[in-house]
Amino acid sequence: MSTEGRSRSAGLTTTKSLMPTIVMAIAALYFLVPLWWLFVASTKSRGDLTTTAGLWFSDFQFGANVSDLFSREGNIYATWLLNSLLYAGVAGAISTLLAAMAGYALAKYTFRGREAVFNTILAGVLVPTTALALPLFLLFSKVDMTDTYWAVFVPSLVSPLGVYLSRIYAGASVPDTLIEAARIDGAGEFRIFFTIAMRLMSPALVTIFLFQFVAIWNNFFLPLIMLTNQDLYPVTYGLYVWNSQAARDPSLTTLTIVGSFVSIVPLIIAFLMLQRFWRSGLTSGAVKG
Amino acid sequence: MSTSDAVVDAAAPRVRSTRRRGRRFSRRNLSIIGFLAPFTILFVLLYLVPIGYALYKSFFIIKRKGAFGSPNEVFGGLDNYSRAIEDTEFLKSIGRVLLFGIVQVPVMLILALVFALLLDSIFGRFKRFFRLAFFVPYAVPVVIGAILWAFLYSPGLSPILDGLGAINISINFLGEGTVLWSIANIVTWTYTGYNMLIIFSALQAIDSSIYEAARIDGANEWKMAWQIKIPIIRPALILTAVFSIIGTLQLFTEAQVLRDSATSITSQYTPNLVAFTAASANNFNYAAALAFILAVATAVLSFGFLKLADRKGGE
Repeated sequence: MSTEGRSRSAGLTTTKSLMPTIVMAIAALYFLVPLWWLFVASTKSRGDLTTTAGLWFSDFQFGANVSDLFSREGNIYATWLLNSLLYAGVAGAISTLLAAMAGYALAKYTFRGREAVFNTILAGVLVPTTALALPLFLLFSKVDMTDTYWAVFVPSLVSPLGVYLSRIYAGASVPDTLIEAARIDGAGEFRIFFTIAMRLMSPALVTIFLFQFVAIWNNFFLPLIMLTNQDLYPVTYGLYVWNSQAARDPSLTTLTIVGSFVSIVPLIIAFLMLQRFWRSGLTSGAVKG
Repeated sequence: MSTSDAVVDAAAPRVRSTRRRGRRFSRRNLSIIGFLAPFTILFVLLYLVPIGYALYKSFFIIKRKGAFGSPNEVFGGLDNYSRAIEDTEFLKSIGRVLLFGIVQVPVMLILALVFALLLDSIFGRFKRFFRLAFFVPYAVPVVIGAILWAFLYSPGLSPILDGLGAINISINFLGEGTVLWSIANIVTWTYTGYNMLIIFSALQAIDSSIYEAARIDGANEWKMAWQIKIPIIRPALILTAVFSIIGTLQLFTEAQVLRDSATSITSQYTPNLVAFTAASANNFNYAAALAFILAVATAVLSFGFLKLADRKGGE
C-alpha cells in the first residue's frame, strides 16, 4: 500500500531503521542461540557434551547419536513420533472438520438459541486444557479407558477456538448470495458446505488445523495423567520421561538432546513454511477479540 | 461479538411462500442439527460433563472406618473447599504464580510491543528474517523448550554459566530465590515472538493514510507510536494479556520439567502442581475442588481484566 512512499524516502529510512535493526538483531540472538546450542549439543558424544565449549562443534557425532536414538528400546522413539503424529495430525484434522461445520452453521443459519450455543462454546475457549485433564481422567477411569490411545485422542477432537475462528471466517469468506444461488440450483445444504463453503474457507481451515495441531502436540498434562504404557506416549512426553531418568542413566541425556532436536526440526520447518496462515489467524483473532 | 454477518441471512427466507417455507425450514433445521451435532456432542461430553463431574466430586470426602477400614466416599459439603482455603501450600502456590504473573506478563508484553513497533519501522529483507526468527521458539513444544532451558541452566552443560564463570560470576539459576525467574525466562522465550506477531498483525492492519496525516501535523515516530498505533491496537494487546493471564495461573509444564534438575521446586510449587500431587495421592475429591477453584479464579481474572480494559477504553 505504502511502498511508493517507502521507496521515495529509501535513503532516509535505511539510516532511520539502523537502530531498530541492531536492537532486533540482539533480541534475535536471545531467541535463536538456545536452539543453536541444541543443534550443536546433538552432534556431540556424551563426553564432549560437558568438556567442550557449548556453542561450537567438537567431534561430529550426529549420525551415531541418531542411530543410538532410533535403536533404543526397540525403536521406541519412532513409536512416539508416530503417536504424536496420530494424536496431533489425525485428531487435529478431525477436530478442524467438526469445528468448521459448527462454525459455518453458527455463521450462516439463524435459529433460536444460536447465541447461547455460541457463547457456551466461547466460554470453552477460556477453559485451559490443564483444568480439564483431571476431570477427564476421572471420567475415563469410570469407563475404564485410561491408558489407551483414545484417552489422549478423543479429548483432542474438540476445539472451541476452532469453532470461534471458523464462524468468523465463514461469515467473512462465504457470501450469502452464493449459498442462495446454489440452493436455487438444487444443491443440498451439506453439498453446499462440502463443495463450496469448505473451498472458500480452506485458508482459514489450515490456520485452525495449525492451532489445534500445536495445542495437541503441546498438551503435556493429559498424557502425564492418562498414560502409563510407554508404547502410547507422544514424543514430548517420552522425552520428558527420558529426561527425568537421566540422573540414573546418563546415556539418556544425549538421547534426550538428540531426540528433542530431531522432533522439533520438522515442526520448525512446517511452521515457517506455513507462516502466512498463522498471520491471518492471529489477525482475525486479535481484531475480533 | 460480531454477528451482523449472519443476521443478513435471516431476512432472505422470509420472501418465500409459507408452504414452501415450512418444508424448507424443517429440512434446514435438520441440516443445522447435522452441522452442529458432531461438535456439540463431543463438547458436552468432553467439556461440560467433566467440569460438572469435577464439581460434583468436589463435594465428597473420603472417610475410613477406623484406622484400617476401607475408604468410603461420603458427602462432605464444602469441606474440600474450606480445606483448600486453609491449605497454606496451596495459598503460597497461588501467591507465587500471582507474583510471577505481575512481573512476567507485563515484561513479556512490553517486549512484544516494542519488538512489534520496531519491526514495523524496519524495511527490507531483515524484516522478514526477524519475523521468522522471533517466532521460532513458539514452534518448539513447551516440554522441549523447558528441557532445553533446563540444560542451559545446569552447571557443566550450560554455555551461559561457562561464560559467566569466565568473568568470575557464579549464579545458581535453579536456586530457591532464582528458579521462579528462570521459569519466567522460559515462558518469555517461548511466547514473546508469538505475541509480537499478534501485535504486529494488528499494526499492519492500520490504514497508512493515518500516518501521513499525522506526519503532516508534525508528529514524530515516538508520538505516533503512543498516540496512534498503541490506541488502535489496544484490542490485540488486551487479547494477548488475557491469554497470558490464563497461562500464568495454569503454570505447570515448565515447573514440572524443571523439577528434575531443581530441588527448589517442590511438589506444591504451582496451583496445578498442588492439584496434580493431590490426584497422584489418589485424593481425587480434593484435586477436583482445587481444579475447580483454579478454573473459576482464571475466569474471574480474565473477565475482570477485560472489564477493566473496557472501562479504561470508554473513558
